[in-house]
Amino acid sequence: MGIFDYFRSPRPKSASLAKERLQIIVARERAHRSGPDYLPALHREILAVIRKYVHVDDEAVQMNLEREGDCEVLELNITLPEKD
Amino acid sequence: MARIVVITSGKGGVGKTTTAAAIATGLAMQGRKTAVVDFDVGLRNLDLIMGCERRVVYDFVNVINGDANLRQALIKDKRTENLFILPASQTRDKEALTTEGVERVLGEMSKEFDFVVCDSPAGIEHGALMASYFADEAIVVTNPEVSSVRDSDRMLGILASKTRKAEKGEGSIPAKLLLTRYSPARVEKGEMLSIEDVQDILSIDLLGVIPESQAVLNASNSGVPVVLDEESDAGQAYLDSVARFLGEERPYRFTTIQKKGFFGRLFGG
Repeated sequence: MGIFDYFRSPRPKSASLAKERLQIIVARERAHRSGPDYLPALHREILAVIRKYVHVDDEAVQMNLEREGDCEVLELNITLPEKD
Repeated sequence: MARIVVITSGKGGVGKTTTAAAIATGLAMQGRKTAVVDFDVGLRNLDLIMGCERRVVYDFVNVINGDANLRQALIKDKRTENLFILPASQTRDKEALTTEGVERVLGEMSKEFDFVVCDSPAGIEHGALMASYFADEAIVVTNPEVSSVRDSDRMLGILASKTRKAEKGEGSIPAKLLLTRYSPARVEKGEMLSIEDVQDILSIDLLGVIPESQAVLNASNSGVPVVLDEESDAGQAYLDSVARFLGEERPYRFTTIQKKGFFGRLFGG
């Protein structure tokens, strides 16, 4: 512990990390709850189809259902791995 | 007609039974005729927290099955006027709480009491669904900790869709947040979610904040609801919550670090 440690920006506190993680997971679970029952199955199948062609992580497919007025928009975000 | 209130949380061990005992006792202390009902079939514990475990003869399932009537099964509290306990059954048959049976017993209690407080089991299985199904309102008990907050949100989703009111298209029953095991010192250090953090995430009205307190364990050790320990911080915080529940405005206490005075610091208070 030197005098310089005193001036360094403090480590992010765990409470703010907790809040951030909760906000994301709770928003996602709420969207699933209000969305149709087939969403989780659809998600798994899309992931399986992509894996036929390219190897991706479980997190590579992000699905988001949003309501805009009368219509629902299913947003699909697929992250492909970087080429070496 | 009684107001039927469910004490729920999703997650276990956050203080549902402590809260059910404290709120029911607090309501009775305010002169409201109150019954507190244990819905945790197979894992009865409200009797222990209320200190009447040796007086249980008949239980909720006995009344549903017609083996006993409500009058025989209700235990009159010895310490507090206007307060009655309906213990859960220790049967392993979780389906013993039928929808029709629960409706009939709660309907009967409704005629006699001002408040019926339903102590929900943890989880989102049958017992928990039955505890909230006929409720008019809910108190969601939450700890300032990630798994408890997430489960509370899940429970709010269930309250919005799986109660009788929701199924009739009347929407979600009103739900209020009771934050328990709150430690202002840890919040100030950034180690614990604050009241505002939890409210931001759950976006429901706040009913009360109960500080982390030795008094809660003392109360359960001795089988005396913590509100009867009127000197204690947790007891007072629960009494404030009961007053708010009945429509009174009360300032929040024990939510910031208690700064010790000169003498306090001198003598270690």
